[in-house]
Amino acid sequence: MMTGTPLTASPTLGAAEPILDLLPDAPARRAGQALNDLNASLHLWRLCWKLGWLDLKLRYRGSILGPFWLTASTGVMVGSMGVIYATLFKMNVRDYLPFLTLSLVIWGFIGGLVGDATTCFTQAAGMIRSMRMPFIVHAIRVVLRNLLVLAHNVVVILAVFAFFRVWPGINAVESLPALLLWLVDGIAACLLLGALGARYRDIGPVVASVMQIIFFITPIIWKPDLITHGRQYLMFNPFYDLIEIVRRPLLGGTPTVMLWSAALGFSLLFCTAASLLFMRVRARLAYWV
Amino acid sequence: MAGVTVQDLHIAFPLYHASARSLKRAVAAATSNRLREDAQHRVVVNALRGVSFTLQPGDRLGLVGGNGAGKTTLLRALAGIYEPIAGHVVIRGALHTLLDTGLGMNMDLTGRENIGLRGLYAGLERAAIALLEDDVQAFAELGGFLDMPVRTYSSGMLVRLGFALATAIDPQVLLMDEWFLAGDSGFMAKARQRLEALVRKAEILVLSTHNPEVIASWCNRVLWLEQGTVRMDGAPIEVLEAYLGHPVEATEDLLLSA
Repeated sequence: MMTGTPLTASPTLGAAEPILDLLPDAPARRAGQALNDLNASLHLWRLCWKLGWLDLKLRYRGSILGPFWLTASTGVMVGSMGVIYATLFKMNVRDYLPFLTLSLVIWGFIGGLVGDATTCFTQAAGMIRSMRMPFIVHAIRVVLRNLLVLAHNVVVILAVFAFFRVWPGINAVESLPALLLWLVDGIAACLLLGALGARYRDIGPVVASVMQIIFFITPIIWKPDLITHGRQYLMFNPFYDLIEIVRRPLLGGTPTVMLWSAALGFSLLFCTAASLLFMRVRARLAYWV
Repeated sequence: MAGVTVQDLHIAFPLYHASARSLKRAVAAATSNRLREDAQHRVVVNALRGVSFTLQPGDRLGLVGGNGAGKTTLLRALAGIYEPIAGHVVIRGALHTLLDTGLGMNMDLTGRENIGLRGLYAGLERAAIALLEDDVQAFAELGGFLDMPVRTYSSGMLVRLGFALATAIDPQVLLMDEWFLAGDSGFMAKARQRLEALVRKAEILVLSTHNPEVIASWCNRVLWLEQGTVRMDGAPIEVLEAYLGHPVEATEDLLLSA
């Protein structure tokens, strides 16, 4: 007998009848339950996609540009920074601006995702309280929503790269596996921060403050070469590793094996922590939101 | 074969976000024995305490009881939203829930978009979702409002949409809170036809309400909940008389279903 399986209300003749068997939470069953949740969520990928897309559409419903406001506002920010840096600071923006645009868009994704992750479950409280649904659906929804935002901002990167005629060449494809790793980490972040955020309402502001610090200590608006002493310690900042494995190929370079190992190592640790927490609290989430 | 088995079900809510501790203590001391502090000094509400019952196909169970008796919590526990703290719940058959007026709908999305989401949740393909839209549209008679945000609907329209949606997917077990009574009388007659068709297919209905008339005409069994426990379980007329404390007029419906 399967336990905690999700419900699909499509009774077809001859198909096995869905059975919902609910028992009190017990450590021995937690891993299985969490896997069932993951499996059911992946089966509902079309729902996740639609939810993520509608979130974005809703935010800009009624406006003329729609979600392309994302593109426009990022474009305006990058464009004005370019003008300011070139005219006020007499800086050679040809090198710096493509780097800055790429970094800001990447950070926009990471910062946005982490921020949304803390409200991953509380935001879906209405849904959670009105029907039984696998919880990872809400995590995938948040990741997809932010991925769609990223996709709109990619246009700005392309425009800036075209304007300065910098092309990463074939190296750029090396950022694809790194993006995939980001998506996995993103789901883990939603489960971890979403669960904590549902239980402790202070998590949102705390995470926002921490991300502010990380923004400054990670080479985002400044290039890693700016550090002369102790550059080897940058490696211990997981955000640096994760950003570099995407950013470097897009600027025509190749991330070192060291960078990739660090990114994978941190991701493994993070995903393990998120899975353990999720397994432990899954049955309680509905009580918390 | 659809079926519901509930054995010694316990549901308790820890109140993490309650404010002043002194107030919590005062409340805990002053009110019933359902509020208590657990080992970690958290205030816990025991919403359900040892509820047991079994439902067979064709059962139309009405839940009665005062405010806070645990009716909605029991419905949510049956829906698998709140997993048991202790005890065992087994639901056989495709399940649908009509709990909040919002029904888990996103108020800013249009009726059509909400139908689409519900269809995807039920694992329907694109063609099936189109059929679902037509069916809901025909039943709920929303007209042009189907493409308006649900937020702009009147409560009656919201009820029609929710009811049509929940019953269009052909649930074998339908869990329903009393809000659906907000529909106008014309709709109630239609809703009743549709619900009766469902129940005739040997399915199960669990309905929570304050209204004895609704119980008398829709249910063939009544569970009286009090302070999270089963006070009485039996035929509608007996339980209602005990619950209301006066004889209930036996309507034609009641005689038919009892």
